[in-house]
Amino acid sequence: MTLVPERLTDPVVVRGLYQVAAATALAAVVIGISSLRDLGLERELGGSFVRGFVQVIAMGALIGALFTIPLSYSGLLLAAMVCYAAWESRKRGDGVPNAFRISVISLGIGSAVVIVTMVAAGAIERTVRNLVPVGGMIIANAMKTNSLTLDRFQGEVESNRAEIEAVLALGVPPERAISEFVTESVRASLIPVVDAMRTLGLVYIPGMMSGMILGGANPIYAAEYQFVIMGMIFAAGGLTSMTASLLLGRAAFTDAAQLRRFEGTEPTLFQTFRSALSR
Amino acid sequence: MTNVRAEKLSYEVGSERILDGVSLDVASGETVAIVGPSGAGKSSLLRLLDRLSEPTGGTVYLDGTDYRTLDPQTLRKRVGLVPQDPALRTGTVRENVTIGPRLRGETVSEERLADLLDAVGLAGYADRTTSDLSGGEAQRVAIARTVVNDPEVILLDEPTASLDSAAEAEVERLLADLLASGERTAILVTHDERQAERLADRVARMADGRIVELGPTPEVIT
Repeated sequence: MTLVPERLTDPVVVRGLYQVAAATALAAVVIGISSLRDLGLERELGGSFVRGFVQVIAMGALIGALFTIPLSYSGLLLAAMVCYAAWESRKRGDGVPNAFRISVISLGIGSAVVIVTMVAAGAIERTVRNLVPVGGMIIANAMKTNSLTLDRFQGEVESNRAEIEAVLALGVPPERAISEFVTESVRASLIPVVDAMRTLGLVYIPGMMSGMILGGANPIYAAEYQFVIMGMIFAAGGLTSMTASLLLGRAAFTDAAQLRRFEGTEPTLFQTFRSALSR
Repeated sequence: MTNVRAEKLSYEVGSERILDGVSLDVASGETVAIVGPSGAGKSSLLRLLDRLSEPTGGTVYLDGTDYRTLDPQTLRKRVGLVPQDPALRTGTVRENVTIGPRLRGETVSEERLADLLDAVGLAGYADRTTSDLSGGEAQRVAIARTVVNDPEVILLDEPTASLDSAAEAEVERLLADLLASGERTAILVTHDERQAERLADRVARMADGRIVELGPTPEVIT
């Protein structure tokens, strides 16, 4: 435990603080503009920024200890990450019925399929220090896609409620009545991954690859490995979004094929778990 | 020919009571108009009759069969609702009129489409895009979109409320033709008592989620 204070006084950490200050100044500019233009996003922007800082520093302090856990626990850790990512993500579809449960299932399927396949293929080492950060990165990217799917789905349904119900009233099966909007949500959610893939190497030179090259790795191998990573993100995002879309299309309707009202709620993490389990 | 009987229909959202034990028996081939001030629950009643919302009390019988025992898709094919807002999809008139059968995996022949468009006064409009239609034309497309299913019961929610008087007269003439044959049972929600007088056999007057008056048209509309 004496390790932590020593790490804090490391000159590198002190220098890092100046860099943090510079990044914070930039974020403050964004928040300032948001405030000046009355965008009302200051709380969300500032909150997420501070939170991200605290979380990543905490992770930095713990990560050494984390890498000493037995490999079998890393699955558990990744599952916990999926649940927390789903908890954050479901807020994007505020009022979408079963948003949390859908997010857990979609993120779980999307990241598990990719992580298991890539571990089997040897692209992810069977070590905690490899599995946890790479797994976490895949989950985080899948969460991004899931959030975009939920956000778009909620928006599409809310603004096309009259149209969906007009078609329902013609005796059209609910999944057909809503399919256009489900497709639109999937398409919109995949824009960032598709664009990143399209510009890979030309505009977007990802951090991992740059790091590997700076660290002395063969640039071609670094590029290959970066492509593998991008492929994993692409696949995890796609699987997550498509799973979510299948589930969302159903969750929007009652058993009597009635379009549900999307009522926003702010339940606690505990309440959400309890209701997801009791279903 | 189908008889519709609502029995003690109630509908609550949260603590708000929108319908309070509405009973209404509409005979086969009859047209009943529902009039009353906005907020009386007229549109909610139509939604419940098509089971687009779930009653919190009571039920509806179609020819004596509790509608909750019917598959919702079958029910809505038999009981067609023309919503107040036509809510057409961006696309052609043809795509909108045939959307019900198409999304159910059925096809509508060109001949049937032409007959339908002719019946609603839109002959030759099949390939027009919906964004080019006037309010009255859009409403007529919405009517054709429901009639393509050949429903036994037709529910009309304020079909002329958003139209100017010329378009209103045309749509009303179309409805008169559609309903006069007596082949369809119809329930028409309107805030326009004169329209109820022109189209309906009987009139129900609603207020605060209840039917407060029901009788032959000349007795209710004075």
